[in-house]
Amino acid sequence: MEYTLISKTYNEALKQDKLLGLKCKDCGAVTVPPAMACRQCAGQEMDIVEVKGDGRIRTFTTVFVTSEGRESEVPYVIVLVELDEGPWLMGNLEGIDPNTASMELIGKKVKMGHKVFPGDKYSAGEGVSPLFTLVE
Amino acid sequence: MKKVAVVGVGSTKFSGPQEKTEVELFSEAASDAIAASNLRPSDIKALFMGNALGDFDEGQGMVQAYAAENIGCRNVPANRYEGACASASMAVRDAFIWVASGFYDIVLAGGAERAATMGTGLATRTFAMFSDSRYEFPSGVTFPAVFAMLAHLYSDKYKIPLPKLREQMARVSIQSYNHGSVNPKAQFFGKNADMPVEKVLGSFVVCAPLTLHDCCPFSDGASAVVLASEEAAKKLTAKPVFITGIGQASSGPLITQGDYLPRIRAREISSKQAYDMAGLKPGDIDICELHDCFSIASLIAAEGMGFFDFGTAGEAWEQGWADIGGKVAVNPSGGLKSKGHPIGATGAGQVYEIVRQLREEVEPERQVPGAKIGMTDTLGGDGGTLVDMILQRGW
Repeated sequence: MEYTLISKTYNEALKQDKLLGLKCKDCGAVTVPPAMACRQCAGQEMDIVEVKGDGRIRTFTTVFVTSEGRESEVPYVIVLVELDEGPWLMGNLEGIDPNTASMELIGKKVKMGHKVFPGDKYSAGEGVSPLFTLVE
Repeated sequence: MKKVAVVGVGSTKFSGPQEKTEVELFSEAASDAIAASNLRPSDIKALFMGNALGDFDEGQGMVQAYAAENIGCRNVPANRYEGACASASMAVRDAFIWVASGFYDIVLAGGAERAATMGTGLATRTFAMFSDSRYEFPSGVTFPAVFAMLAHLYSDKYKIPLPKLREQMARVSIQSYNHGSVNPKAQFFGKNADMPVEKVLGSFVVCAPLTLHDCCPFSDGASAVVLASEEAAKKLTAKPVFITGIGQASSGPLITQGDYLPRIRAREISSKQAYDMAGLKPGDIDICELHDCFSIASLIAAEGMGFFDFGTAGEAWEQGWADIGGKVAVNPSGGLKSKGHPIGATGAGQVYEIVRQLREEVEPERQVPGAKIGMTDTLGGDGGTLVDMILQRGW
């Protein structure tokens, strides 16, 4: 059975600021990022749909100590965002001073862009992550 | 299904970077466990070994086969388990199943790791391999970052103001430091006792809100246990410790656990399996070695295993209910925070501690008086693998 939406296709779309998801033919739930089976009901019949990428910050951290090869990036903010459609995504938050990130971020509305991670010797090529900004 | 006992245990000291290889470390722990079981290496029918990152630790793959040969367990089937920080618990659980099935009567299980040898940069990178490489690592996630986010989520969900939660988390580290300071096998033996709350809170921030003293160290070390059928165990020891309940469950990446967080669903499934199998409840457990990779992880674990209501474990630590003499003695070894966390060995190290506690063999300052029922809880990744086991005195 062929995989409906592989990470490469998902990431190529993300680089165009298009967030792709999979809508389940059985239960209607949207699965993001892609998987073989619906995260709600485990059905495997799903259609590719475009998801808006709007959501709210559920939690966050500011990273001061990071992995080998990424030292120049610190400090940076990572957020978990709950999309309006339900799924959660991990990404970075830009547009604030990472040193001032506080609990007040939780619940704030965000919109999504993207950031390219060029990859390292272990990552089998580049990666793409959501890059969120606060909605005024 | 046969009853299965732990007959003998062994462990190296857990430590910072040191010179012995994983084969050498595991061989020391395994030989101690075999000797303590009144056995010889040739009596071992199979070897199950946890080792998460040996390829990166020291450029060594297939370490389990070389360990078997090195110890003198010649030509036995040898399996390696990789479940991030739960690797050794997976090995012990599978060893249990094979002995319980009757296929083998005596099996060696355990694990080894040299995480400290990698240094902080490479260790942080390789530990981050246990997050999703496509959908999480590009954002720069690290293991402290995962638990830092869970701490903020915990504060928000249970309406505990962050400064209050951070003080409760500090109490977790302080308790672990105190117990580890009197455990000669602990990485921080002789160190960090009676650390003031202010020092925990004021150390440098790794990932907000977690400071250095909220985080366990990178560690080198090995632990091993010998499991035997009840029949074989009778001939080997007067103090068999029976494994009476086991559980294991998995989950997808952190983002797929979404709304359930900060609770870890796999832990709740895994621990329920162990309780149901043993016919016991959380209130029956005298002593527990649980997965305190970060201070907040202790609170999440103790609640997920049912020792305390959700959102109240911090108060339990403040009141001493999670200490020796409390409701359940948590991590009298010092836990991952103070004993250390050589990830491929950690679960076997927890079993090592519980067995010695139930036999009343540990240092008097940290012995849980009259402990009869113990439990281990090991978390791999950010909830991707969970293993829980219940052990009981067999005499």
